[in-house]
Parts: sequence; structure tokens; C-alpha cells
Amino acid sequence: MLDDKYHADRAVGTMQDKKITAKNVQVFYGDTHAIKDVNVDIADKTVTAFIGPSGCGKSTFLRCLNRMNDTIDICRVEGDILIDDEDIYDPRVDPVQLRAKVGMVFQKPNPFPKSIYDNVAYGPKIHGLAKTKADLDEIVESSLRKAALWNEAKDRLHQPGTGMSGGQQQRLCIARAIATAPEILLMDEPCSALDPIATAQVEELIDELRQSFSVVIVTHSMQQAARVSQKTAFFHLGNLVEFDDTDKIFTNPQDPRTESYISGRIG
Amino acid sequence: MSAIWIIAVIFVIAIAGYFLARGRALASAGSDPRKMHSLPVYYGTNAAMAAAGPALLILLAWLIAQPLLINNSLTQYLPTEIRGDAGETSLAMADVNRIADGLDLAVAQGAMTVEEARNLSVETTDIRAELAAVGVALGSDVDAATLALAQRYRGATALGDILKAVVVIGLSLVGAGIAYAMTNKDFRARRYVESAVKLILIAAASVAILTTVGIVLSLVFNTIEFFRAFPAADFFFGTRWEPSFSGRGGNSDLGFLPLIWGTLFISLIALIVAVPIGLFAAIYLSEYASPRVRSIAKPMIEVLAGVPTIVYGLFALLTVGPLLLSAFGANGSFHLGWMSGGTAAMTAGLVMGFMLIPFVSSLSDDIINSVPQAMRDGSLGLGATQSETVRQVILPAALPGIVGAVLLAASRAIGETMIVVMGAGAAASLSMNPFDAMTTVTAKIVSQLTGDGEFNSPETLVAFALGMTLFVITLALNILALYIVRKYREQYE
Repeated sequence: MLDDKYHADRAVGTMQDKKITAKNVQVFYGDTHAIKDVNVDIADKTVTAFIGPSGCGKSTFLRCLNRMNDTIDICRVEGDILIDDEDIYDPRVDPVQLRAKVGMVFQKPNPFPKSIYDNVAYGPKIHGLAKTKADLDEIVESSLRKAALWNEAKDRLHQPGTGMSGGQQQRLCIARAIATAPEILLMDEPCSALDPIATAQVEELIDELRQSFSVVIVTHSMQQAARVSQKTAFFHLGNLVEFDDTDKIFTNPQDPRTESYISGRIG
Repeated sequence: MSAIWIIAVIFVIAIAGYFLARGRALASAGSDPRKMHSLPVYYGTNAAMAAAGPALLILLAWLIAQPLLINNSLTQYLPTEIRGDAGETSLAMADVNRIADGLDLAVAQGAMTVEEARNLSVETTDIRAELAAVGVALGSDVDAATLALAQRYRGATALGDILKAVVVIGLSLVGAGIAYAMTNKDFRARRYVESAVKLILIAAASVAILTTVGIVLSLVFNTIEFFRAFPAADFFFGTRWEPSFSGRGGNSDLGFLPLIWGTLFISLIALIVAVPIGLFAAIYLSEYASPRVRSIAKPMIEVLAGVPTIVYGLFALLTVGPLLLSAFGANGSFHLGWMSGGTAAMTAGLVMGFMLIPFVSSLSDDIINSVPQAMRDGSLGLGATQSETVRQVILPAALPGIVGAVLLAASRAIGETMIVVMGAGAAASLSMNPFDAMTTVTAKIVSQLTGDGEFNSPETLVAFALGMTLFVITLALNILALYIVRKYREQYE
């Protein structure tokens, strides 16, 4: 029955507009050619999973989408990445503004050593999204609600975020990313540091987030990709090998490398 | 046989023991190292250590103890009136030792034969002149009693030296022998070497700790002595520092307050200079600078830390003082007349601030670097700029550590001496004007102890009370700093 629900969702997902378009993207770390000629269209209101063996470039590509690679001196990106038909590597684009629009959740929960409230209010404060204290309270509450953390956090908003459990911390980081009202959420192995129960909660949350955001998730777990995503991209040695509907990738892959990977022969 | 020769013999025994034990171990395993418990080198090392370790320790103890014991036993032959007074006794024994050493030296240089030295008599020989000829100057002519004691001393020392050589070399041989006897292929030489290594490391750590204890004890006893001669309340709450140096008659005012005021005032100026500059430098280096710039700039800033403080003192006296005077003095560019001489709290404070910059920047840099990269990524990923990230995430996260660094810098500033001696002047005053001459606790310790004062008047003993107070203050600051730094460390690990 669960499977039926996902099938239905996926059918909806494929009909959405494209949100991100990557054309001939190359990434170099110094002399290493980390991403080779990647072309991909990522749809709005969809969860897109990037899978592939370690070092295949999936995280690197994810970090290109909000220009986090700019902080690495030796990293060089070529090709075009368009979000809403706007080239994000255009000199006129301010990476700081871009990152407010393209939120990111990291592998390890990284709440700031501040209170829960201040963690969530951080983004809205620096971007001036709240006029009054009441506005800010409102944003914090709705972000925590969207991150399914409100019930657990409402009585301890002013206690440090670092005191929460791993799963709660990760949902706090998701709430923090949501609070800047992004359009796209990038998640870099968001569950790899969590236990199975916390993982299940975060996965459930990701499925709900699809209502409002375009979600791109990098994962090592093929089961997770199958559970949460509608589209899956398989990366191997810096190449985008295959990109298609998730159920198609997992049931009827076109490329022999994809098939080897999902059946556990390479990786 | 002199100590050097004994050590040489011990080394020869140790080296011989090394090869013998190694050979024996190999032989017992039929020259197949795989059948032995430890590598061959461990059997050799074990024997060498057994030969050298205890023997060298006993030699060291013997070298320290022998003169003390002989002096003690000879004291009983001194006239009763001298024996009664500790100071007189030590003077008399110093004479005895000097003559004895002089005679040994004369024999060694060939000015006397062994026989002549042994049969000297005050009537027939001018001993003072003879010894002066070999370079030993005596304060007075030698009387018969002192010469007799000196001869006794020589006799006892000669006997002790022979005993020493026999015991120490014997011990070395026994040690090597036991280790050799124990050596066979199943002997766990590796374990023994391991415990010896541990002992050496423990000894090294103990030296530092024992030194601290020794310093504290010497301060404590002299401080107690001082407070016997001078009321503690006058010291801690006195507002005047006017020691009368002769110690004859004139009562000294030894008030601590003007000195600690100067110390804190100058340290505060130094910190006001050093903390912002050092911190900003650290932020630039750790957050903004490219690896290339960092690899060049960081060592260059740290060069500043290698400048001796006396050079900073010169800089204060010859450059900064006159510069400040030309700006804030009576005839200065601003016609303010705030400053009457080049030496002032401001001069010393500024230069001390420069001295502390690398200290603050290097510590803060380490602390800022230890803030996890995930914090930066998290903040940048939310669309914060670099300076927003530094201000709102990195500095708050690093703050406890930075406070620790500042406190460590403060305790350096409080303990600093040379810059204030040269830059701040010598007048102890409770002035509020940073352009007035001031002095600090450390500078006054120097001035109380340089010169010919004996350590029995309050004017000189006060130095220990000052040192002790300063030690307590900086120790408290250091403990506070370490506590804060440690608390901060726990946050991420």
C-alpha cells in the first residue's frame, strides 16, 4: 500500500516544472577533474536523490548548486547551472543571496552553540526577514513546525541546540535552513550520522518538505533513495551515469553500471 | 679518580655490557632472533642501563653529599665561640674549604709535591703567598688550626674519593653482571627497557614540578621572615612606597598599593593595545588569509614574540617615549602638557602591548581554528557573509578560549619586568594620569635586590613578599584561564 502511495507521488513529481538546470558542468579540484560533463534537470516540488559510490562527485555537485564550493580556493566550476533560468555563476549573482534561496543541510548535525531559538532565528536575522520580534517568533515557530520539531522544542527554546539528541539536532538544522524561506533544500547525507529511528523521522520530514520545496538529497543508502525520492541520479567516477524516475532506476536501470551498483557489485 | 674518569669507566662497562648481553642472548637462541622474546638490541640496552643507571645515580648523590658530610663532621673541631654562631661557622668552613682546594690545585699544577702539601706548616711556609701564586686568593693569613682542619678535610676527601670510585664502579660491574646473568632467549628484556623509559620520562616531568615547589617554598619562607619584621597591614594597605635603603634608623614605607596600581594600570594599557590588534590579526589569518599568505604572515608575526624584552625596553626608552613626549608633552604638537618625561605608564603600556600582540594572536588563531568547519559551513550555507559568520558564530563559539588567551596575556603583562624598568620610570605613584611615570611590582623587586643589601632587612626581604603576591595573582589568573579554556574544549569533543 505504501508503495502505491509513492508511485502516485512520483507521477505527480514528473509533471512539475524544472527548477534547476545543469548544462555541461565540469568541476576541478586543482588538477583533479571531479565532475565530468554533467547535464541534469531537477524538478520543483520533487525529491531528487543523488546516489553513487564514495568519491563519485555527488556531494561536490550538490555543493555547486549553492556555490558552497566557492569557499574552497582550489575548486573551479565550468559550465552553466541555472536556477529558475538564471545562471547562478553569473558575476552579478551574489552567492550570499543565492544561499538564502538554496538552503543546505549537512552530513553531521551542526547547530550553532546558541539556543534553539537563536539557531532558527539566525538566517531571518541576517537577511532581515522579520520586522518585529513577533514576526521573528512567528518564523521560528512555523519553521520548527515544518521541521516536525515544535512539540519537542517549544518548552526549551532558550536552551542550547547542542544539548538535543542527534536526530533532533538534524531537524533543528533543517528548521534553520527552512527559516530563510528557501526555494530549494540541498541535503548532504542528512541521515548518515543518525540512528534508524531518527533517520525514519527525518525521512518522513523530507517527504513532507516536498510540498513546499525542491529537495535534492545525497545519500549512501539506496533504500533511503528508494524511500524518499521521486527522481534518482546515479553518479560514478565524476560522471552522471543515469538520471530517471526512482522506481525505474531501481527496477529497470538502462546502464549496466547502474545495475551493478544497485545490485551491490560495484561501490 | 675524578668524577669524569668514573663516568668514563661506567660508560665503558655499559658498552661492554651491551655487546656481551646481546651476544649471550643471541647465542642462547642459536643466533636466530625469531626464537628470542625481544629483539637483540633490547638485551644489550638492558645490560647497559643496569650498568650505568644505578651507578650514575649513586655517583650524583655522592658528589652532593660528600662535602656536606665532611664539613659537618669537621665543624666539631672549630673553637666553641665560632661553632655557636651559624654565620661564623659557615665563614670558617668556607676558609677551610678554600685552603684545601687551593692545596689540591697547587699539587695538580706542580707548584708543590704531594709530600710538601701534606707536611706544610704555618711557621715555615707563607701559605697565602704560595696559594696566590696558583691563583687562589685568601682573605687573611692562615693560622695553624685552620690549616690543620684543611689538612683533615683533604684527608677525608681523598679517602671519600677512593671509596666513591670503588663503590660506584663496583655497582656498575654488579649491575652489568646481574643483567648479563639474567640474559637468555626467554628473558623479557623489552619489558625492562620499557619500564626504564617510563622512569626516565617520570623523572623529566618531576623536575619541572619540583622546581615549582622549590620556588614557592623559597618565596614562602622569606615572605614569612619579612612579615616578622614588617607589619602585614602596612604592606598590603600602605599607600606610600618609600624605602630607606640603609636600614639604619629611618623607617621605610613599604606600601604595596602604589606598586600594584602601577602594575595593573600598565597591564591594562597593554591589553587595550594587544587584545583588539591581536584578535583582528588572528581573525584575518584564520578566516580570510589564503594559505599562502598565512604561511608567510603567521611566522612573521611570531618573530615579534622572539624579540627579547630588553630590546622592547630599548624601543620604549629611545623611540616610543620621546615620540609620545613630542605629542603630549608641554612643548608637544598638541600643547597639552600632560607628559613631563619620556618614561610613563603609557610608554611602557604601549610597548608591552606590542609585545603581547603575537601572544594573543597566536593563541586566538589556534582557538578560532579549532572551531569546527561545520559551523562555518552552516552559517555560510544560510547566506551569511564571512564577517557575519565570524561575528555571530565563530567568535561566540571561540569566546571562552579567547578569554583564556587574554587572561594568559594579562598574566604575562603583570609579570613583565624589563619594559617597565626602562619605559615606565621609577616613581611609585597612585596617579590616574597614564602619562605620569609609574612603577610596577616587578620593577621594584629588581631595584630592591640589586646592590649590596643583605637579606635580613625589611627593605630587601620585601622583594620576596612582592614576588609572592605577584606569584599568587598570576597563578590565580593562569588557573582561571586554564579552567575557561578547558571548559571550552569539552564543548566540541
